[in-house]
Amino acid sequence: MQSNRRVFLKGSMAASAVGLAIGAGLLTPRAVMAATWPEQAYNTKGFDESLKDLFGTTGPTESKDITIKAPDIAENGAVVPVTVESAVAGTDNIAILVKGNPTPLVCNFKFDGAQPFMSTRIRMGKTDNVIGVAHAGGKLYMAEKQVKVTIGGCGG
Amino acid sequence: MSSIKMRISAAGDVLDVKSLIEQVMETGRLKDKATGQLIPANYIQTLTVAVNDKVAVEANLSVAVSKNPYINVKVPGKKGDKVTIAYTTNEGKTDTETMTA
Repeated sequence: MQSNRRVFLKGSMAASAVGLAIGAGLLTPRAVMAATWPEQAYNTKGFDESLKDLFGTTGPTESKDITIKAPDIAENGAVVPVTVESAVAGTDNIAILVKGNPTPLVCNFKFDGAQPFMSTRIRMGKTDNVIGVAHAGGKLYMAEKQVKVTIGGCGG
Repeated sequence: MSSIKMRISAAGDVLDVKSLIEQVMETGRLKDKATGQLIPANYIQTLTVAVNDKVAVEANLSVAVSKNPYINVKVPGKKGDKVTIAYTTNEGKTDTETMTA
């Protein structure tokens, strides 16, 4: 019962958000209109499933061409700076994932003429590997870095 | 006033765009200590960075991005170009900010 209710709430919230987004989208210039959010990829609990939902493929190969920068030790899991850069030719998308988070996918950046570089700050529940995945020519490449978390960033 | 703060530094034909956005990035998993009720999720889902109205980066964020998100990307452009950042939250709120490099 509890879980059903949860699914229902999530579903109805998502539907209304999409509706509102479309309404708001009409007011902004076409060129800067925001893209749709890949609902399923961000809600799934599995690492491989997230990648499959996002890119339509999974099984990234480890590559030296992907650079991931993150601290060795993060005192505060609520703010962990992460930078991912790809030297793989034709990189059009970079995603950050943390396997141990409730939903592994943190964010993804699609590049259209911009350099395959992104930097942001993320939340981590506990010590874990931060994984940077780059999509280039239909294939996935990855690099990971362990970050020790002293205080988790998911509680309050 | 816009919730988006931007700083742009031009180097050759690349603009280094650093941005801080004031947004709670509420996960929907936390409880309000006073009422015991869950605080509803409120976070940025999509964000675009455009140069002269042409989108160069389309980002999707989730609740795992820190409160008041910091975003740094490198887009093509030179001094004098117009950089626009726009976002939409899960509640459908939007904000945009434009700055000349």
